[in-house]
Amino acid sequence: MLFYKLFKDKDGRKVGFVQANEACIEAALLAGMRFFAGYPITPSSEMASVSSEKLPMYGGKFIQMEDEIAAMTAVCGASMAGLKAMTATSGPGFSLKQEAIGYAAMNEIPCVIVNVQRAGPSTGLPTQVSQGDVMQARWGTHGDHPIIVLSPSTVVETADLTFDAFNLAEKYRTPVILLMDETLAHMREKITLPAENELKLVERKRATVPPSDYRSFDTRFGDVPPFEPYGGKYHFHITGLTHDEMGFPIVEPDDVVKAMDRIHRKINNNLDDIVKVKQFQTDDAEILLVSFGTPVRTCLGAMEIGRKEGLKIGVLQLQTIWPFPDKAVLNLAKKIGKIFVVELNMGQIINEVQRASQGKSNIKGINKYDGLFISPDEILSHILESKG
Amino acid sequence: MEKSKTFLFVKKNWCKKCGICVEFCPKGVFKLGKDGYPEIVALDKCVECKLCISLCPDFAIFSNPEKKKDYEDR
Amino acid sequence: MMENIIHDYLRPKKSFPHVWCPGCGDGIVLNAMVRAIHSLGKSKDEVVFVSGIGCSSRAPAYTDFSSLHGIHGRALPFATGIKLANPKLTVVVFSGDGDALAIGGNHFIHACRRNIDITVVVINNNIYGMTGGQASPTMPTGAYGATAPYGNLDRPFDVCKLAAAAGANYVARATAFQFFQLEKCIKEGIEKKGFSVIEAVTPCPSLYSFFNNTGRGVDMLKKLRDRAVTTQKAATLSPAELEDKIVTGVFANENFREYCAGYAELVEKAERSKKNEESL
Repeated sequence: MLFYKLFKDKDGRKVGFVQANEACIEAALLAGMRFFAGYPITPSSEMASVSSEKLPMYGGKFIQMEDEIAAMTAVCGASMAGLKAMTATSGPGFSLKQEAIGYAAMNEIPCVIVNVQRAGPSTGLPTQVSQGDVMQARWGTHGDHPIIVLSPSTVVETADLTFDAFNLAEKYRTPVILLMDETLAHMREKITLPAENELKLVERKRATVPPSDYRSFDTRFGDVPPFEPYGGKYHFHITGLTHDEMGFPIVEPDDVVKAMDRIHRKINNNLDDIVKVKQFQTDDAEILLVSFGTPVRTCLGAMEIGRKEGLKIGVLQLQTIWPFPDKAVLNLAKKIGKIFVVELNMGQIINEVQRASQGKSNIKGINKYDGLFISPDEILSHILESKG
Repeated sequence: MEKSKTFLFVKKNWCKKCGICVEFCPKGVFKLGKDGYPEIVALDKCVECKLCISLCPDFAIFSNPEKKKDYEDR
Repeated sequence: MMENIIHDYLRPKKSFPHVWCPGCGDGIVLNAMVRAIHSLGKSKDEVVFVSGIGCSSRAPAYTDFSSLHGIHGRALPFATGIKLANPKLTVVVFSGDGDALAIGGNHFIHACRRNIDITVVVINNNIYGMTGGQASPTMPTGAYGATAPYGNLDRPFDVCKLAAAAGANYVARATAFQFFQLEKCIKEGIEKKGFSVIEAVTPCPSLYSFFNNTGRGVDMLKKLRDRAVTTQKAATLSPAELEDKIVTGVFANENFREYCAGYAELVEKAERSKKNEESL
């Protein structure tokens, strides 16, 4: 049962007053998502519900699996069968999915994983907000692995970044994590979805060689291997074991390095395409607020109020968290002497800001981890406090 | 008769000397060689029951000369 | 000339011999599975071969079907994703006793309950081979293993009873020695619309034997041959007589609605409500 309704505006675009959880699935459907496997967990459950109702209407498949791990592995399977696939979860479920996310990274399986962050550790505060999974999103699965993580701050941005997530997943044959949070997930805002002809959708690159010459992880056409789905003339093997181009296990040190380097290179050589940030009034700023996800909204509020009181505040929003936007942070750190990193955790992304800014700026954290959302006043009082 | 057409070949570099073919062949077609590999010693007794090619865990027994040729370098 | 079709199905660029130990049953079961697919006249293009982790899970790399060597215990959810995404595919899963019933136990019973058209061959050698001979969920009580130095405390699962109780449409058991029966069971399992479980009881002449002195592969296969009784014969035996027996045959042959077929019916309902929505 849906708790929202979309209307068509005069230009034929779908318009609605929806939660980010709902916006994400509506956008995913437009992006071509045709498989969703899920498991109930607060505060992401609406995504499974909406998918279960809508996917069959669009010729897609929804399945409620027996657990979070099964949901993530089913997504891998469906993507290998050629469908754009996703799952959605929250804290504990995200922990459970990690091994399969690593499998997707290792086998270059395009897929999207939504993690609606709630406060942890463990069961934590299931209905309350947090951004405590920043490092888990990067390093949750074991071993060195590439990953892309995007973090929206509004319902509109949730839809936009959902398109981006699917496009990046397809383009780079990689899992992409959409890192949301509880506040955003259940917030209603007006969205206008693009009409189908306005969308720029990316589809995975297909093989051009004859079946006898196909390799599961062919490097002859660049760092992103052409993809063929199960069920055709192309017979191939994939494995979570470190593998060669044929997908067969390898142990020879040089081969291992070659394989590892490539899966990282396909991301790291394309940072300009992948990494997205937004800057707000950073030109004349003397104080920079760096944030991501929902707290960006609070930062913008603090900026507005602060500027009226003579505080030249600017905001840097990290829409892409991983790979970390090193370049944008360094450029601003060189110009702006004071940086406050605002996050709803005990300090995670601040370490990256410190690393990326190479000591060029004075960096402090503004952290909140009581399960409540942060207000502009709280940010401003931190700024004023540090001024002395 | 048909029997003369029977072809059997044990591909030594795939065989792991488990002895299953020697043990279970109902007609004693195989004998364990000194090197531990099975030897085909009584092909004329073969009744083509397929037990050896079925139970060989290593796919090392070839019953088709063409296939044997295809796999020569493997 | 007698036909040995396995060589038509080996992956062209994969090197042999395979990883399995001398006398291991995994190669025999793989051969039976390939023969079953061959006898059904399936094209290689329509088959996907999925596995988890463990000795038997190495099988998919060797045959020329598209394949997925997954993560420990999760072969069935991978397979479920593949099958639901493209129901035209024939999806066959190889999973060991540890893979299918311990770490993957939850997926196993739910795949049976869901009754999706997948055939899983549970290769049961009663031990974790690849990790060094630890007790598995089918290890007999009192048997020895790397984690059962005083004899296994746990009771073993009866794979077939479990699968039948959980709702699989087809459930059967054969030993690796009973090659032709095994091939027939796998064939029937693939033909059956719905979830099919075939338990293939196999020897582990390396580690099970190391801890339990059961001899070489040949000796263990002989033992399997001698211990196997049909379901019909088993019905005439007392519990004491059945103690050391392996009951082989078909344990479930049902026709509950298959999951993908059910999904197709659901789509019709959804399309009707989409039309209602669009008409507003």
